Amino acid sequence: MSTRSIEIWVGIFVAAGFAALFMLAMKVSNLTTLASNEGYTVFGDFQNIGGLKVRSPVKASGVLVGRVSAIEYDPKKFEARVSMRLDESQRFFPVDTSASIYTAGLLGEQYISLDPGAEEEVLKDGDTIEYTQSAMILEQLVGKFLVNMSNK
Amino acid sequence: MLSSVQRLGQWGLARFERLGRANIFLARVLLALPGLLLRPLLVIKEVYSSGVLSLVIIVVSGTFVGMVLGLQGYVTLVKFGAEESLGVVVALSLARELGPVVTALLFAGRAGSALTAEIGLMKATEQLSGMEMMAVDPLKRVVAPRFLGGVIAMPFLAAIFGAVGVLGGYVVGVGLLGVDAGAFWSQMQAQVDLYEDVLNGVIKSVAFGFVAAWIAVYEGYDAVPTSEGVSLATTRTVVHTSLAVLGLDFVLTALMFGNV
Repeated sequence: MSTRSIEIWVGIFVAAGFAALFMLAMKVSNLTTLASNEGYTVFGDFQNIGGLKVRSPVKASGVLVGRVSAIEYDPKKFEARVSMRLDESQRFFPVDTSASIYTAGLLGEQYISLDPGAEEEVLKDGDTIEYTQSAMILEQLVGKFLVNMSNK
Repeated sequence: MLSSVQRLGQWGLARFERLGRANIFLARVLLALPGLLLRPLLVIKEVYSSGVLSLVIIVVSGTFVGMVLGLQGYVTLVKFGAEESLGVVVALSLARELGPVVTALLFAGRAGSALTAEIGLMKATEQLSGMEMMAVDPLKRVVAPRFLGGVIAMPFLAAIFGAVGVLGGYVVGVGLLGVDAGAFWSQMQAQVDLYEDVLNGVIKSVAFGFVAAWIAVYEGYDAVPTSEGVSLATTRTVVHTSLAVLGLDFVLTALMFGNV
């Protein structure tokens, strides 16, 4: 086979390889849904975060507005401190916004839901959300339910 | 009694010596690589013979592996009412495991054995000695381009395998079994991470390509220069590459995903 056609075939091969990588990156993985670096971080202290993880979604009315960027344990308050990276375009959450940890579906992943308050002032970079609601732990719910049942 | 212990020792030393020779050989091949910058055509030819000529088997098996994953995943997931996660199952298993591993196994059978047989036959027919007589280093002229060609071709093949497999899973899941197309892609995009999953798969395929190409050229270069020796070396290439890839896969997986 001539050198020219070998080179053409290798060119096609390499192009196909890059196209496949491109497809894996764009179509399969979350590159397109990754928030750009522009944005701002707010914090929330939760008594219990349940199964929340870094990169879990932050939603408002079910719409994705950001992702959890870090989770650490606060040894002074004995609470979990969750950093949320919110999109640059979502700079309109009032300062009295509340954050709750919910579960998507029965066995789904956990996410933070933001419910806007009524204040005029909006959350800025580095602010802490005051009103938080911890994750529902199934065992605790079952425990409460059993206690209620036995009290009747 | 003592003689059997001695035989065991002999065997162990021979293995060890072979391993040492393989490593020195690798170092010499790596040192010969910069010289290839002056003659890229040699490498392009090898990318053609180990990459382009493997495309058919990679594309066909990728499609069918993806389709089988779609079918099997659906049967299991539908029990939990989670058939929308089919895209995640197909994409994650292909990107993390099956893409690199199955491609490396096919690569060993299709391209690795050919490399070994080619180099081994060149040795058996004394072409390599002939080159040395003409002051041409066979490591630079014959072995290094084949090694580099294999290393380059392997990640591309794995990427093509993964992409084609996802499409195969899509055809079966959405076309045949009626999973919602939007849910198939969106769940996949929500769950598959670019760095954690796709990029780690690419790293795996690079590592496998390196090992597969190394074993193939070494077995060929080290083959006993008879027709029997070449056939033994070819067999060893396929067996050793498969074992090395599977073992290495466990180590890499443990390193990459073990701390979740």
